[in-house]
Amino acid sequence: MRHVALTVNGTRHELELEPRELLVYVLRDKLGLTGTNVGCDTSSCGACTVIVDGAAAKSCTLLGVQVDGAEITTIEGLATNGELHPVQQAFHDHHALQCGYCTPGMVMAAVSLIAHGNASSEAAIREGLEGNLCRCTGYHNIVVAVQEAATSIGSAS
Amino acid sequence: MSATEERTSYIGAPVKRREDRSLLTGQGTFVDNMTPTGTLAMVVVRSPYASARVTSVAADEARKAEGVVAVFTAADLQDDWKAAMPCAWPVTEDMKNPPHYPLTETPRYQGDGVAVVLAETRAQAKDAAELVEVGYDAGDAIVDISKALEDGATLVHPDLGTNECYVWRLDTDATGEAIDDADVVVTRRYVQPRLIPNAIEPRAVLAVPGLVDDVTLYSATQIPHILRVLVAATLGMHESKLRVVAPDVGGGFGSKLDVYAEELLAVALARRLGTPVKWVEERSEGYLATIHGRDFVTEYTLGATKDGTITHCRAKVKAAMGAYLQLVTPGVPLLGAWIYGGPYAIPNYSVEFTGVFTNTTPTDAYRGAGRPEATYVIERTMDALADELEMDRVELRRRNFIKEFPHTLASGLTIDSGDYDASLDKLLELLDLGSLQAEQAQRRENAGEKQLGVGFSTYNEMCGLAPSRILGAIRYAAGGWDSATIRCLPTGSVQVITGTSPHGQGHETAWAQIVADQLGCDIDVVEVLHGDTSISSVGMDTYGSRSLPVGGVALWHAGEKVIEKARQIVAHQWEVAADDLEFGEGAFRVKGSPDKETTLAAVAFGAWAAHDLPDGMEPTLEATAVYDPPNFSWPAGAHAAVVEVDTETGDARLVRYVAVDDVGAVVNPVIVDGQIHGGITQGIATALYEEALYDEDGNLQTANLVTYLVPTAFELPSYELERTESRSPTNPLGVKGVGETGTIAAAPAVINAVVDAISHLGVKDIQMPATPERVWRAIEEAKT
Repeated sequence: MRHVALTVNGTRHELELEPRELLVYVLRDKLGLTGTNVGCDTSSCGACTVIVDGAAAKSCTLLGVQVDGAEITTIEGLATNGELHPVQQAFHDHHALQCGYCTPGMVMAAVSLIAHGNASSEAAIREGLEGNLCRCTGYHNIVVAVQEAATSIGSAS
Repeated sequence: MSATEERTSYIGAPVKRREDRSLLTGQGTFVDNMTPTGTLAMVVVRSPYASARVTSVAADEARKAEGVVAVFTAADLQDDWKAAMPCAWPVTEDMKNPPHYPLTETPRYQGDGVAVVLAETRAQAKDAAELVEVGYDAGDAIVDISKALEDGATLVHPDLGTNECYVWRLDTDATGEAIDDADVVVTRRYVQPRLIPNAIEPRAVLAVPGLVDDVTLYSATQIPHILRVLVAATLGMHESKLRVVAPDVGGGFGSKLDVYAEELLAVALARRLGTPVKWVEERSEGYLATIHGRDFVTEYTLGATKDGTITHCRAKVKAAMGAYLQLVTPGVPLLGAWIYGGPYAIPNYSVEFTGVFTNTTPTDAYRGAGRPEATYVIERTMDALADELEMDRVELRRRNFIKEFPHTLASGLTIDSGDYDASLDKLLELLDLGSLQAEQAQRRENAGEKQLGVGFSTYNEMCGLAPSRILGAIRYAAGGWDSATIRCLPTGSVQVITGTSPHGQGHETAWAQIVADQLGCDIDVVEVLHGDTSISSVGMDTYGSRSLPVGGVALWHAGEKVIEKARQIVAHQWEVAADDLEFGEGAFRVKGSPDKETTLAAVAFGAWAAHDLPDGMEPTLEATAVYDPPNFSWPAGAHAAVVEVDTETGDARLVRYVAVDDVGAVVNPVIVDGQIHGGITQGIATALYEEALYDEDGNLQTANLVTYLVPTAFELPSYELERTESRSPTNPLGVKGVGETGTIAAAPAVINAVVDAISHLGVKDIQMPATPERVWRAIEEAKT
């Protein structure tokens, strides 16, 4: 077991982890943050995407012991005081989710994409989200939502 | 809302989904998010061989491993099963249905379960599963349905003496004219690749034993009601001791329309061990253990007169069953059996399906189930026939469209309504075909590497499964009705209980729209409950684009009963004739006296207090309706794909996709468009990307999401959608269903476009998926 300290959604946690434990299972099983979903075992689907030290990462590609000291944001940490983050709001406004299983990862990937200024056009968004699979929406409304969220975040800042 | 205030209709409005908030904030109730105290993790040990006999299972090491509670083999559990795993659709009297059980000693496909391990944690169970030493005597496998019926072919089930599961025919000879008498006869052979559904939530099962010999089964399923019946029957349980819950379910597309080994194992082991048992599928495991779709080879023939009037259609289909029959495996081809003539009036009709066993994962219903396979061969052959007749492909379609409705097909069913020209007209308007053809001509003249193609698909389909009598006539074991309860609570809120089981379709929102309109109440007072057999005890669940045209219509009938009961109460209290009362905007008034009114909510309170009800009337205001549709519903439409093909690399990429669909009346246009977006995408995926491949030993080669190409946002364009609307006359809402239309329509539109882009190079057909290699080879072969 290894001692790991990490900050998730603003709360600091001290954990004893097996070296082989994936971050996604640390979040889900150790911290009870089940909003981050697991959709595959090959790092293909992106359902488990979270933000680690400011950048989107598939939490199934990281070991818990690798993120010692990191600041992590998960889908549970995105809304503030009950108010949806602009990306969450845009997903709701534009019907960018159906079953909702890919949604947490898709939203976190979009948040990171916008934050890094990589959501400037439809083509950029489509390229930027290629690590996240959705089987319900055909991505059409996701792209619309991310475009709108990028605009609203851009004009707010 | 006061009854005198102007209120707009919820039906038809783009009401935002009430489902979204929890899903957007990480509060979804997916099965794997629940872990009751004491839950054991179950891991299935699976056969690596497609055909084998288990000679030994050594599990002592596994049993001794840390955290392991138990290991069971097929022999250990054989007495737990009172019946084999269920197939609900014996399509012919002599259909072969070799029994299979949740664990086996004779695996017949790669991934067939041979043992289970239960441990305190998933990691421990996985570690221990590695320690279970299984000895196998592996045999030969057969994976190709084209070869499986040849003499001397390896047999999947040697006891049967054949790989043929059944032969089913539907032949009409309305005019008595032979197909050879047609002026032009075009026959083509098509392969429908085997597909892996890939709902993004893998399957997951949690069985929790109760205190009174009961079990609650949480499952990522589309069919909690059907599952309850069949799990109880297979385990010999009293049905009322089993509660099935489908919480938030992360997509299905047919793959969660089944009774799976892991559901039976979890319930059986939870009962045995007296502790909760959970199994969560890994994606690559699911590629073996969850049903596949399609895998048809079809020879399709159209016969026509010289002027392009189609007189015959004939389909001869070999359909893969996989190694065993799952819930509706043999019936999948039949779901397309009546529409092999497409939206065209064709007097002579003949289809023949041969079900074929192979050493592969069982197939079953995948989005569209039988209808994409039919539409593909029709729409590809329409283009081929147009070529043969040297006729415009759009004109050929239009000339043969069914024009008048209701229309009884040569296949025997009656199309409720439609206006096929209207959809096509609108499509052509959106598409601006003239400009595209001019650009195509220009590119051809320049002989550059990027060529442009336009492809069409005009389709119809039958959905809204289904009239129970027809299901009975075609030997399906259950009915096709659905149920709804509307309960007006004394506080003014309205509880709606539906027998449908959404997993992304937005029923909580759309059903509330229907009920709020009908009862004239604010949508926020309506709550929709579903997916738990202890709340919604009766239902037929969600698949086959049935929820709205069956379950939604059941809601409407329940609402009418509620209003009628309330009318009797008001008539009694006001001492007027019931016929003199009118109901509108949520309140009753005496006709001609608009000032006096009582709201439905007030009547509900009165019915609950029960102080002043007509003699003999039961208290409370609620009603249940069970609705059995009199007909299937028949969406239709016209789709076009515009594709750019790189003739140097063979890469085919969509540049536009335009769709005009007629799905009858629309309850929520945003949800409808979302269904069509997703449906089209799965059709495009079939046409360009997805194909499950086995090697000749039955090893799945496309064994994970790395090698099986589910398209991402990067591969796809935005879609251009419009609608026309032909209300269905068979139900009071005028609705038809929309879950599968896009998938049914899209694949032929895309392949027609790919072929159109390179037809000037001599290419006449491309097998799906039109990968760069296939396209490049087709171009190269056409040169020689």
